[in-house]
Amino acid sequence: MIYRETGQFKSSYASDQAIFPIVQDRIFVLLAVAAAFVVPPLAADEYWLQAVLIPLLIYALAALGLNLLTGYAGQISLGTGGFMAVGAYSAFKITTAFPWLNIIVVFLLSGLIAALVGLVFGIPSLRVKGFYLAVATLAAQFFLIWLFNKVGWFVNYAPSGTITAPARNVLGVMVTGPQSSAWARYVVALGLLAVFALVAKNLVRGRIGRSWMAIRDRDIAAEIIGVRPLRTKLLAFGISSFYCGMAGAEFVFLYLGSAETLAFDLNLSFLVLFMVIIGGLGSILGSFLGAAFIVLIPIFLTNVPHLAGLAMPVALQKQIELMVFGALIIFFLIVEPHGLARLWQITKEKLRLWPFPH
Amino acid sequence: MIELLRAVLVAPFADMAGSPAFLVEVLIGGIVAGLMYSLVALGFVLIFKASGVFNFAQGVMVLFAALTLVGLMEKGVPVPIALALTVVVMIALAFAIERAVLRPLVNQEPIILFMATIGLNFFLEGFGEMVWGANVKKLDIGIPDTSFIVRGVQMNRLELTAALTAAVLVAILAVLFQRTRVGRALRAVADDHEAALSIGIPLKTIWVVVWSVAGLVALVAGIMWGAKSGVQFSLSLIALKSLPVLILGGFTSVPGAIAGGLIIGVGEKLGEVYWGPLVGGAIENWFAYVLALAFLLVRPQGLFGEKIIERV
Amino acid sequence: MHAKVMLTVLLAAAMVAGPLVATAKAQDKGTIFIPLLVYRTGPYAPNGIPSANGFNDYFNLINDRDGGINGVKIAFEECETQYDTKQGVECYERLKGKNPVLVNPFSTGITYQLIPKAPVDKVVIHSAGYGMTASADGRWFPWVFNVPMTYWSQASAFMKYVGAQEGGMDKLKGKKIVHVYHNSPYGKEANPTLETLARNLGFELTLLAVDHPGQEQKSTWLQVRRINPNWIYISGWGVMNQVAIKEAGAIGFPMDHVVGNWWTGTESDVVPAGDGAKGYKSMTFHAPGANFKVHQDILKYLYDKGKGAAKKEAVGEVLYNRTLINAMLDVEAIRTAMAKFGNKPLTGEQVRWGMENLNVTEKRLEELGMKGMTRPIRVTCENHEGNGLALVQQWDGKKWTLVSDWIEPMRDVVRPKLEAAAVEEAKKLNYTIRDCSKEK
Repeated sequence: MIYRETGQFKSSYASDQAIFPIVQDRIFVLLAVAAAFVVPPLAADEYWLQAVLIPLLIYALAALGLNLLTGYAGQISLGTGGFMAVGAYSAFKITTAFPWLNIIVVFLLSGLIAALVGLVFGIPSLRVKGFYLAVATLAAQFFLIWLFNKVGWFVNYAPSGTITAPARNVLGVMVTGPQSSAWARYVVALGLLAVFALVAKNLVRGRIGRSWMAIRDRDIAAEIIGVRPLRTKLLAFGISSFYCGMAGAEFVFLYLGSAETLAFDLNLSFLVLFMVIIGGLGSILGSFLGAAFIVLIPIFLTNVPHLAGLAMPVALQKQIELMVFGALIIFFLIVEPHGLARLWQITKEKLRLWPFPH
Repeated sequence: MIELLRAVLVAPFADMAGSPAFLVEVLIGGIVAGLMYSLVALGFVLIFKASGVFNFAQGVMVLFAALTLVGLMEKGVPVPIALALTVVVMIALAFAIERAVLRPLVNQEPIILFMATIGLNFFLEGFGEMVWGANVKKLDIGIPDTSFIVRGVQMNRLELTAALTAAVLVAILAVLFQRTRVGRALRAVADDHEAALSIGIPLKTIWVVVWSVAGLVALVAGIMWGAKSGVQFSLSLIALKSLPVLILGGFTSVPGAIAGGLIIGVGEKLGEVYWGPLVGGAIENWFAYVLALAFLLVRPQGLFGEKIIERV
Repeated sequence: MHAKVMLTVLLAAAMVAGPLVATAKAQDKGTIFIPLLVYRTGPYAPNGIPSANGFNDYFNLINDRDGGINGVKIAFEECETQYDTKQGVECYERLKGKNPVLVNPFSTGITYQLIPKAPVDKVVIHSAGYGMTASADGRWFPWVFNVPMTYWSQASAFMKYVGAQEGGMDKLKGKKIVHVYHNSPYGKEANPTLETLARNLGFELTLLAVDHPGQEQKSTWLQVRRINPNWIYISGWGVMNQVAIKEAGAIGFPMDHVVGNWWTGTESDVVPAGDGAKGYKSMTFHAPGANFKVHQDILKYLYDKGKGAAKKEAVGEVLYNRTLINAMLDVEAIRTAMAKFGNKPLTGEQVRWGMENLNVTEKRLEELGMKGMTRPIRVTCENHEGNGLALVQQWDGKKWTLVSDWIEPMRDVVRPKLEAAAVEEAKKLNYTIRDCSKEK
């Protein structure tokens, strides 16, 4: 009843092709985005922003990138951590070499460099498919991490072997470095995410997205009708690595502050893959929901004993947290194998009819 | 430039020729390591062959099996009984997995099943640590970790035992698959679930059998690796090292796991010892993957894997 | 259908509620809060557990036996990081609301994360024997302390020990030393110092990296066998340690010429090798064993009343003793600060002053029951490393015992490089150098 579309007529092609054709949807999303920009910087405390929301936004961006590659184009990739590392280290090199360059531009450039690297490592996808490709992308992951460990040039020959985000500001507000405030970093991350989520949504709605989905579903048939597999797959790798590279740069500059290669190891690749699968393959919203799941559920599980007043030893708490997390994933997959996005879709459909049963 | 080419293409081979005894040692080391990798890879292959699931939790199963064995031994249970009990535990685990994870998710896409095994991975990680503790546990299988010299080549007792065990296990499994009724049923299920169902092969029972056998293989792998490093969390990370073996050998082939293991093991060691110092060492991790990738480009389904027939 | 609805509601509630319930409870008035970042689970748990227990026991001892530090009790809370940097950051942010004065990150990765935050949040970082070596230059890093030693000093102390064993530093010329190290910034820490010393003293140094996690090290040890060095130095962590020690024994190398750094010489490292590890040595900066008065106090006040954190047999383990001393230094720093600022719950600034002016004398050590366990420590504004000395201990199959006297590191070699590194690291963070003479 709330969600009724009756009475909403489209009188132009543009309005018919809108991302959110239903007015209620549009209003809801605009309000949500506005609220996201305004409410947390004003209301949330340091812990919320620093340890929950900022990593959530960054993981969402990385999950978005991986979803484009794995969910839409069907190429399973386990090299996400490596591409994020490329973005982070190239951002570090660029900003230390050109300190006057605006940090947002630096992020974009580092994304481009990561895209180029992604193109190179995407070449095996032309020959190798499915889980075999996943393991081939592991070669990218391990090689890139080894490279950043080995070649001192990437860390400007620092004896500590870590990269540290230097202090940079945007429009006078400190955005990176220890003096930056959490809300400024949050706004930057959110802004970039909003812009690139829009770009991604339009990508997947258009020709490129359709060619990806064609390759994913039946690649031989796609080739027969004229979708060029070389171009399409490499484009998927490139664009996905762009997103992951930017997320990696943000990871170090806006969240951690400093990092060594261990921060980008295989666990990160798996983490982002989990987000994509749980959130829903082939869904933009799914990337956000998956990231939210992976970031928020462990925090919830860690803090619930405090709330319940139980004083459990930390080791036992962590172990139970792992067990519950694993069980939750399995339970979730049994109930809704297509991910959180599908759950949301079903909810929306129910809302259309509510309070009527059918 | 010439220097670089010489250093890469000539010097390592000259080195190899110069000290043949050392080369033999490296080769033996590679063979042994490769066989140890294929022990773990076997578990993956078994499960993938019969249920089409890429079991991300195989590494944790190796850890869990070893933990159970050592935990029981630490509590004073004599070794043969501890072994038997651990086998029982792994079979019970297989039952539980089939009931809780596989049956509800029957017919789902492979990536969903993969994700479910990831959930299983987290669960077993927490569960194993909760029950048996997080300390390093010594695993003594009665074979001393000492070396002896044969014609100038040093060989290690423990490692040779591990290699032999792996070889024997693979032989048994190969025989199991080819010659027995259960093996035939497994192969039928791997080929086509529905066809197998239609001729009366009990799918659930087959799955329990396969996961149990994989559990046993995990136990053997856990014993061999645990004797080397003590039973601790990082045992679950060996699964990652055996992934290149899997891709090289093909996900569905038992002999492929062995062949892949040997190639990866020897390739890795040769690469690290002779070419590694040129770039500062520690190249084993990615070298194995690159090697596997190189093979994949020639045969995209692995050396012994099933040829993927694509239809329009 | 019901399951889906239930699941949706459950998940939504959990995701929203999670951070909400994380609001920290207010700190009790009248206490000093110290967060403990521990790793009792995960890949490094075997080392994390005794470390965490040492902290727990010492702080509990101070609270129970002495009624706190001059009457002010220590409030401490454990937070599990699994040695993961991201979880370490989350723990720190969550516990920040309780006004911590001092934190022991116990992980080099987490230390690097926290170093930029220390001056902003006014929390002292005590990275005892790990962390950023360059931060020992207190003129650049006022909030970070490496008491009692850094990795670079340790490497020089190792070479001094080898020299002593070989009959003099001049006898090192032409000898072969191999450094087997974990392929991470931590493992590489000792390399620059070793390379400098190799040039100065004329020995042949080979650096062999072991890939993380180090479960399989065959190629490394084949190369070691080929080189056939006189001495091996190991900088490892986690499973790399156990496998390295086992492999060293397996290739038949004399174990008493294998020396691990102080994170590569604990009880759990030698467990899998069993008899093969007999004779293995490692660096350390304190005595092992439970024969000191402080242990007797701990047993009496805590374990006999069932309040001990560890198993009774674990009291006196290498890492347990290490964190006892670590905790002792923290407590004494606070006590030093209280002498100036009064016996009340102090701020981070005040504790920082206390740590910077820390002076634990031999007499004080005796009062604390740690005579012979460690050496007197004195921290100054320029030298946040203290003037700790190193020891070498050896595993005899059952326990660790000391086999050397206190070794003075080659500070004349190490300090200039340290200062150069500090300049670089501080530049990255836009720090300015302090003038220590002005601050007296």
